[in-house]
Amino acid sequence: MKKDMTCIVCPIGCQMTIEEKADGTYEVTGNTCKRGPKYAINEMTNPTRVIPTTVVIKHAMLPRLPVKTAEPIPKGQIFDAMAAINQVVVEAPIKTGDVVIKDLLGLGIDVVATRTMDKCSF
Amino acid sequence: MYDIAIIGAGIAGSYIARELTRYKLDIVLLDGENDVGNQITMANSAIVHAGFDAPAHKLKGKFNAAGNLMYDQVCEDLDVPFKRCGSMVVAHNEYEMATLHELYQNGLKNGVPGLQILFKDEVHAMEPHIHDDICGALYAPTAGIVSPFELCIHAAENAVDNGVTLKLNHLVSDIINHNDHFEIITNSGNVEAKYVINAAGLFADDIYEMVGKPYFKLLARKGNYFIFDKEAGYLVNSVIFPCPSKKGKGILVAPTAHGNLLIGPDAEPVHKGDISTTTERLDYIKENALKNCPSLPFNKIIRSYAGLRNTPVKDTFTTTDGDFIIEESPVKGFINVAGYESPGLTSIPAVAHFVVEEIVKPMIPDIEENHDYNPKVRKHLRFDEMTEEEKVAIINEDPKYGKVICRCETITEGEIIDVIHRSAGARTVKSVKKRCRAGMGRCQGGFCSPRVVEILSRELNVPLDEIMYDQQDSTFILSGQTKSVQEEA
Amino acid sequence: MIYDVVILGGGPAGLAAAVEAKNDGAENVLILERDRELGGILNQCIHNGFGLHTFNEELTGPEYAERYIDKVKDLNIPYMLDTMVLDMHDNGELKSIHVINEENGYMVIETKAVILTMGCRERTSGAIGIPGYRPSGVFTAGTAQRFINMEGYMVGKEVVILGSGDIGLIMARRMTLEGAHVQAVCELMPYSNGLVRNIVQCLDDYDIPLKLSHTITFIHGKDRLEGVTVAKVDEKLKVIPGTEEYIPCDTLLLSVGLIPENEITRNAGVTMDNRTNGAIVGELRQTSMPGVFACGNVVHVHDLVDFVSEEAVLAGKGAAKYIKGDLASEITFTTTNGDGIGYVVPQQVAMKNVEEKVTFYMRVRQVFQDKVVNAYIGDQLIATKKEKKLLPAEMVNFKIAKDVLAQYPAGEIRFVVEEAKK
Repeated sequence: MKKDMTCIVCPIGCQMTIEEKADGTYEVTGNTCKRGPKYAINEMTNPTRVIPTTVVIKHAMLPRLPVKTAEPIPKGQIFDAMAAINQVVVEAPIKTGDVVIKDLLGLGIDVVATRTMDKCSF
Repeated sequence: MYDIAIIGAGIAGSYIARELTRYKLDIVLLDGENDVGNQITMANSAIVHAGFDAPAHKLKGKFNAAGNLMYDQVCEDLDVPFKRCGSMVVAHNEYEMATLHELYQNGLKNGVPGLQILFKDEVHAMEPHIHDDICGALYAPTAGIVSPFELCIHAAENAVDNGVTLKLNHLVSDIINHNDHFEIITNSGNVEAKYVINAAGLFADDIYEMVGKPYFKLLARKGNYFIFDKEAGYLVNSVIFPCPSKKGKGILVAPTAHGNLLIGPDAEPVHKGDISTTTERLDYIKENALKNCPSLPFNKIIRSYAGLRNTPVKDTFTTTDGDFIIEESPVKGFINVAGYESPGLTSIPAVAHFVVEEIVKPMIPDIEENHDYNPKVRKHLRFDEMTEEEKVAIINEDPKYGKVICRCETITEGEIIDVIHRSAGARTVKSVKKRCRAGMGRCQGGFCSPRVVEILSRELNVPLDEIMYDQQDSTFILSGQTKSVQEEA
Repeated sequence: MIYDVVILGGGPAGLAAAVEAKNDGAENVLILERDRELGGILNQCIHNGFGLHTFNEELTGPEYAERYIDKVKDLNIPYMLDTMVLDMHDNGELKSIHVINEENGYMVIETKAVILTMGCRERTSGAIGIPGYRPSGVFTAGTAQRFINMEGYMVGKEVVILGSGDIGLIMARRMTLEGAHVQAVCELMPYSNGLVRNIVQCLDDYDIPLKLSHTITFIHGKDRLEGVTVAKVDEKLKVIPGTEEYIPCDTLLLSVGLIPENEITRNAGVTMDNRTNGAIVGELRQTSMPGVFACGNVVHVHDLVDFVSEEAVLAGKGAAKYIKGDLASEITFTTTNGDGIGYVVPQQVAMKNVEEKVTFYMRVRQVFQDKVVNAYIGDQLIATKKEKKLLPAEMVNFKIAKDVLAQYPAGEIRFVVEEAKK
């Protein structure tokens, strides 16, 4: 199986091609450095992404708290992750780094707050 | 049962409503839109014409110069930005100079004061940025620029303050003539009145057809415009007209009452309701405006829009030769104020006076004067125009004037709250914009619109996603909350 | 009270400049911010990608802002929120800043030095003149971002985005994650304007088509947006007749450029550069007006906040030096943009103020592969920077050591894009 992709590790953005060989190894062409093939193989076998989004928050100055997955999660589960994250309602006060969802989708990855929001009286 | 129903709350209907409150009458002012002055009134050149080009033998000629002279008092009473900046019709050659002389003569017939023919040096001394080729101009010192939507809105506000009932979102679909009164059928309920004044702008012919055999037709002619950033406002001091042609007054370069620069309009027959701009037309305007003002900075344009004129066609005149239709129609008690295109804005103080005194008053037996009539609106506190001392004082009195919402035009929260709560007040983002300019600056609401939506939501006690941009229900800005989580109130 | 340094804007530029000025000895520093909190535009940039250079970490916008807000608080630097600067006047020794807020009313604040950090605003549909109707549903990408990420409201369901700059790409993903359907991103140029990682992670990941060499030729819908007509453009950026396509949608997001917000700067009489739309600045970000400094997006639009912070440190240093009387004003070099380069910042260099090096920031006018950026004084090549790929979307950061520059008494440094010499 062959796949074309643009490397995102640095601004050059090499146009690479990755091919799965008969013996299960991968051949990557088009890269200019060592980091490229690592990224390409990852993208081919287990593409992952960090998801930045917001959750509902009560008693803060704003009604939404920005959060992110603490580690990249499998690309294929992005929308499942969003559905789970959208169920959450947190309450101020919250600090950057506070865990908002422990072990998202059983992946062993937390969802954490990316800003501090104090409690508001209104 | 109302005494008078006015159909159409544009500049004509709103101003006539206000004039009628000089008498003790039960008046209802109807409009199908979600705000007054939402069609032709808010998309035109905003010029208060001197009156030299209106044909002397027509109503246009009769009312233009007379209306012009009333503007200082009207704008003082109704607190409307107005500048008597003068106008110049410019000539590029001898042939055009001859046209200027004709206009001059016509102006004298119409009683236009102060007209002068200026020669090259004088013209360029007064207007240093116009084209070198311009060899002369007809200068009319009484011409001016006004804020047409503020004039309409404040007239409506004044009308309501003096007792008029304003009914928006009442689109008229039929009128039944019961001989001694009219029953007006609308999409928000029926209204009954003894007399009707038809000031329905582009739809005045459709409205009249509901009661009588049509004797005039209205055609829509579209005009595109560009508005430039206030940085370009210095380029002209007065309204610069090209020499007129059969199509109309031509593409002008004008200052606006708020300090911007405006160019346009072209003229294109379209179907009623087509207010779209097109590349070809916008390019045509740029091309022609450059002929009179060659240094127009097109990279400083902040907005383009299009407005419609309503051009009357009648058995006694053609489309390019028309006149106002201001009269009691063949249907008794039904007054038409139709074909109300340029110089409609300029003429309205004189037209309204005429309609009230010469048409309505004679119709109504035992009409009584209203001794409580107050022609003035409560002054608008325009923060950006205040002196430092005034700014200090107003914030002291009301801290909401200390919070700037529209950065580009320096409009404060106090001003926005004020225009929401006045008679004929703002209920949408666009109506806030028309009343206090928040969103009319170079960022076109990019920075302030979230804040304006919040203020409207709070002041009107309505959820954020029910705040409209313009028309009720159909011009939503926000489609709903993220997460679709129901929040407790 | 007379301040040492007043900073107009509490976004990333203002925060970093304030911290540096204070650390360099300016005692009375004040930050003025028009929004309800510090952090500027970073507060709504909830996505990753900030801080790779500054902190060696990948942070979201709010996290990056918080690092600096914490430093401001630790240093006890006072700040005023919900405060609008109306005007700045130069009175020679002192500058006076006219501000208003609800709490304190109208204030005139006097200061020895000012740092301008007002950021930028978005170019609008009116400014680019998209023909058609003017319905609701047309937003600049940043305004939509604010509604979604801060107020918590969606702006629509069926979306078209004009402009493939980073804001447009980020919003394509954001809208999709929150349940909208992004039909296409249209880009006028034949290449994308955004970072490659954003093309991959915001468009490719969600199968959102990127239509290069396309523009919007008509906006349909009188009340709420109903659709847009898009068309292909030729190499002269003119519409190719017959390529029009109608895309039904209820939301149009515009990501068509950022403009430095320099009204206060212009009104005060500071000299501007029409290549950057920002003030002309020196190596420590001093403007033509002594005591007035500028940094961040208000000087030239950045793509990485890390460079904003880097630049803000220079301005903070400059302001601190100035109030001590240590800022030299004799200009040694001016800079200019040669072939392939759109602009260079700083436009002036006073060598007496340079400590180790000068960092020249610039943007190229088009995409270049395997080229070098050369710096010349006259015919003399003084420095070279090799780049495999140069993109208009990615600011070039060209450092030249003080020792190299010191070899020349004066002159104009010209930056050009050229072939690599063997």
